[in-house]
Amino acid sequence: MTGRILGISGPTVSIGVCGLKLYERVYVGHAMLTGEVVRLEHDRSVIQVYEDTRGLAVGEPVKGVGHPLTVRLGPGLLSGMFDGLQRPLRRLRQEMGPFITSGSEVSGLDYREKWDFAPAIKAGDEVMHGGVLGSVKEGSLSHYLICGADSGGLVREISGREFRLDEPIGEYDNGRMIYGWQEWPVRNPRPYRKKIPPAGPLVTGQRSIDFLFPIAKGGTAIFPGGFGTGKTILEQAIAKFADVDVVVYVGCGERGNEMAEMIEEFENLKDPWTGKQLMERTILVVNTSNMPVAAREASIYTAVAMAEYYRDMGYHVLFLADSLSRWAEALREISSSLQEMPGEEGYPTYLASRLSGFFERAGMVETLGGKIGSLTMILSVSPPGGDFTEPVTQACLRTAGVFLMLDTGLAHRRHYPAINWFQSYSLYAEELGGYFREKVSAEWQTLHRRCREVLQKEEVLREVFEIVGAEGLQDADRLLMFIAEKIRTKFLAQNAYSDDAFSSPEKMFSLIRDIFEFYDRASEKILQGTTLEDVLKSGAGP
Amino acid sequence: MRLSEHVYHSISSVAGPLLFVQRVFDAKIGEVVRVVSPDGSRMDGEVLEINGDTVLIEVFGETRGLDIGMTSVIFTDSVRKVPLSQDIVGRIFGGSFNPVDGMPMFIPEKWTSITGAPMNPSARARPEEFIETGFSVIDGLNTLVKGQKLPVFSCSGLPSKEVVADVLKNSRLTVKRESFIVVFAALGLTFHEYSYYMKVLEEMKTGFVAFINSADEPVMERLLAPRFALTTAEYLAFEKGMDVLVIITDMTNYCDALREISTAREELPGRRGYPGYMYSDLASLYERAGRVRGSEGSVTLLPVLTMPEDDITHPIPDLTGYITEGQIVLSRELHRMGVFPPVDVLPSLSRLMQKGIGKGRTRDDHRQISNNLYKYYARGRDVRRLEAIVGREGMTEQDRKMLDFAESFEKEFVNQGSGRRTIAETLDTGIGLMRRFSLEIS
Repeated sequence: MTGRILGISGPTVSIGVCGLKLYERVYVGHAMLTGEVVRLEHDRSVIQVYEDTRGLAVGEPVKGVGHPLTVRLGPGLLSGMFDGLQRPLRRLRQEMGPFITSGSEVSGLDYREKWDFAPAIKAGDEVMHGGVLGSVKEGSLSHYLICGADSGGLVREISGREFRLDEPIGEYDNGRMIYGWQEWPVRNPRPYRKKIPPAGPLVTGQRSIDFLFPIAKGGTAIFPGGFGTGKTILEQAIAKFADVDVVVYVGCGERGNEMAEMIEEFENLKDPWTGKQLMERTILVVNTSNMPVAAREASIYTAVAMAEYYRDMGYHVLFLADSLSRWAEALREISSSLQEMPGEEGYPTYLASRLSGFFERAGMVETLGGKIGSLTMILSVSPPGGDFTEPVTQACLRTAGVFLMLDTGLAHRRHYPAINWFQSYSLYAEELGGYFREKVSAEWQTLHRRCREVLQKEEVLREVFEIVGAEGLQDADRLLMFIAEKIRTKFLAQNAYSDDAFSSPEKMFSLIRDIFEFYDRASEKILQGTTLEDVLKSGAGP
Repeated sequence: MRLSEHVYHSISSVAGPLLFVQRVFDAKIGEVVRVVSPDGSRMDGEVLEINGDTVLIEVFGETRGLDIGMTSVIFTDSVRKVPLSQDIVGRIFGGSFNPVDGMPMFIPEKWTSITGAPMNPSARARPEEFIETGFSVIDGLNTLVKGQKLPVFSCSGLPSKEVVADVLKNSRLTVKRESFIVVFAALGLTFHEYSYYMKVLEEMKTGFVAFINSADEPVMERLLAPRFALTTAEYLAFEKGMDVLVIITDMTNYCDALREISTAREELPGRRGYPGYMYSDLASLYERAGRVRGSEGSVTLLPVLTMPEDDITHPIPDLTGYITEGQIVLSRELHRMGVFPPVDVLPSLSRLMQKGIGKGRTRDDHRQISNNLYKYYARGRDVRRLEAIVGREGMTEQDRKMLDFAESFEKEFVNQGSGRRTIAETLDTGIGLMRRFSLEIS
């Protein structure tokens, strides 16, 4: 299908052609910019262009390719770095230098690379969509090649050998070739046999998360916070230390320098669980704030499709996005250039449904091949002015399982991670408490409860303290405040730049247990009449 | 490529800075147009939107005096480009790249589009080279590094221009390089501010390039001047290998111009009437700061903005803070107490500081000193609030000490008048202060 441009407004282009499908991918203009059909009218179609439209003229041709925006899935994605349209940034740089110009098309997979294929099936077997064909070694991970949606059937020939991605690895009985890669439309969730309830925590190594507000594997978490509250540092710390097999990190409309810093760090750091280079388990999708807006909107879908692909191999995948607000703003920008009726604060009314649809792509599943895999989402939100009543935060709150509120006040006191322990919550705390009780200690849940109690009581006491001063409080209350301070400064606060950046569940438990053991001993002494000063002097505190 | 110049007399409406031209053939988005008014004066404009054969044009100039029948619009078939050459150094231009220093235009080496292509994130080098500004509160606690974008959040009436001028005069790289240059973009500046800055620039020994749009010049030029400045900066940095410091003041005027054009286009307003795309638009400026792997030069960006009503949650400082790598916040209270620079340490932040300090960059104990100073000062400020309730007498010995420390910190560490301190002096002042109050340096 080809047509000509009729009108241009920002990233949207209208063309006079019918017969295109909604969300079909198109090439726009002589520069062959990538676009997607977002609206069909009786005599014209509206296209959202993923690249800078500057210089595009009325009358230039537009060509439809017949299928929606897709990602290419196959070995070689890990340790890769892509833009919102899955163009590999490193190869792009080799080809056109340090700046990205419009209209360059480079495939996300490197077809020249060779892989050593070990088949899991043999000639004569029948394989269906989602079935495992065999595996290759991608770094230290076994990358299972999965039968794509549009192929499958009786296998005539398949052989274990070294192959390039553009070469077939076998042939079906109906004459079609078997390839080691597949294409998937980014906006469609990849299928699975069934969803299963989350079981087991995703250990992040952050004490205030794992102990107070744990995240389940297959769960969703958001952390909103104004600027300077440490969203990115926390997100990156989780990307480094989480106990998962694959991490997909989306830098969505954020800073370029931050990404440069992160890449350098990831190339030099080791995965604390396997000891391998951290980059080997990571896929980066980067669409910095100055890259085209429409590609920013697409970037989280591109990334989540890759994450689901690894989930389908039976791996535990962590999807991190920084930040979801930038994605929502891109949606708003596109919506307003389409002249749609705005909802709250100019965001389109479908913001909440798009978000909940996206969140539902997380989960623990039984894959088509019968394996158990999970996709956990941890997303940061940047509410304007630090105001949590804004639409994006509110829409996220309706679906997310864990809410970690980042507090400007705590950040100003340089208490990091600046997670507010009164406002935050985890809907998984009860279920996961059982897991920790079994795996770490029977006392886990008791201490969890006591810890929150102490912090709560401190808040009340602090108000009294501010009026009457320290002398007006009883020793038991002053001890409680002392303990609460210990919990805040020695347990909850964690320096992302030191050795303390990662804390195993066992280590965090022993830390908090020490604090409470001291608390119990001290309370007893105070009951017997010792003054607080003597108690603190006599005993080594926690 | 068009073979002839396309001239149209078919303007259908004029609204503020916008023109609608009808029956236009093959217009390009972003194309530069010349608007010739009935009295013969010429202005530049740019194609904003095309709908069939109707074209919406944004005019960078005063639309007063345009009419519907006589005004002609010439389409140039090209997007906006600026001439560049090494000879640009030392020159002063107006808001439409016209020389205003009385000298003729230089001979361009090349023409470059002003929007600039986004830098490939994998080609970026991490900013980590320390820039010494001479201000203790910046060098010690909110360190600036090469390739960073660090805005100054000011309030009306605060000496932001004196702060910026001192940074200009005193900034130096610890690793000496000859090719350090300042690109200065002034948006909507009053004559008073303009002459102040020009005096400072002329006193400096290093070179500079200036783009000046004064308060009485066309508002729409404010959207262009920062792009001229950044395009020039990128050219000097990445093609000529220079270290460029770009200063843009005042970004609040830029955002207001953006709002003006947005309302003229009858777009849906976002917060406080600013357009919904302001984040992306600001990012297209700020993100041009950085360093490229394998290239010598760097672009460091220091935008200055005035927070309307001193409100840090106002969309302009808010969106800026989300894009830039930290912020330097000036405080009215400190200014009233005669502290210069009146930088409030608590809300100020430099995100790239961690990599730029320490052994081999500044000094071994830098991180330790800055963390401790911050911690004690924050506690002192907390206690100060308490003092208002319970009074000094009702406080413990330790609290009183923190109170005194906070005050001395403001008077001696933050406040330094117009004197310049080296990083070593800054750190020693910090240590001295903590020792005097016998505070533990952990």
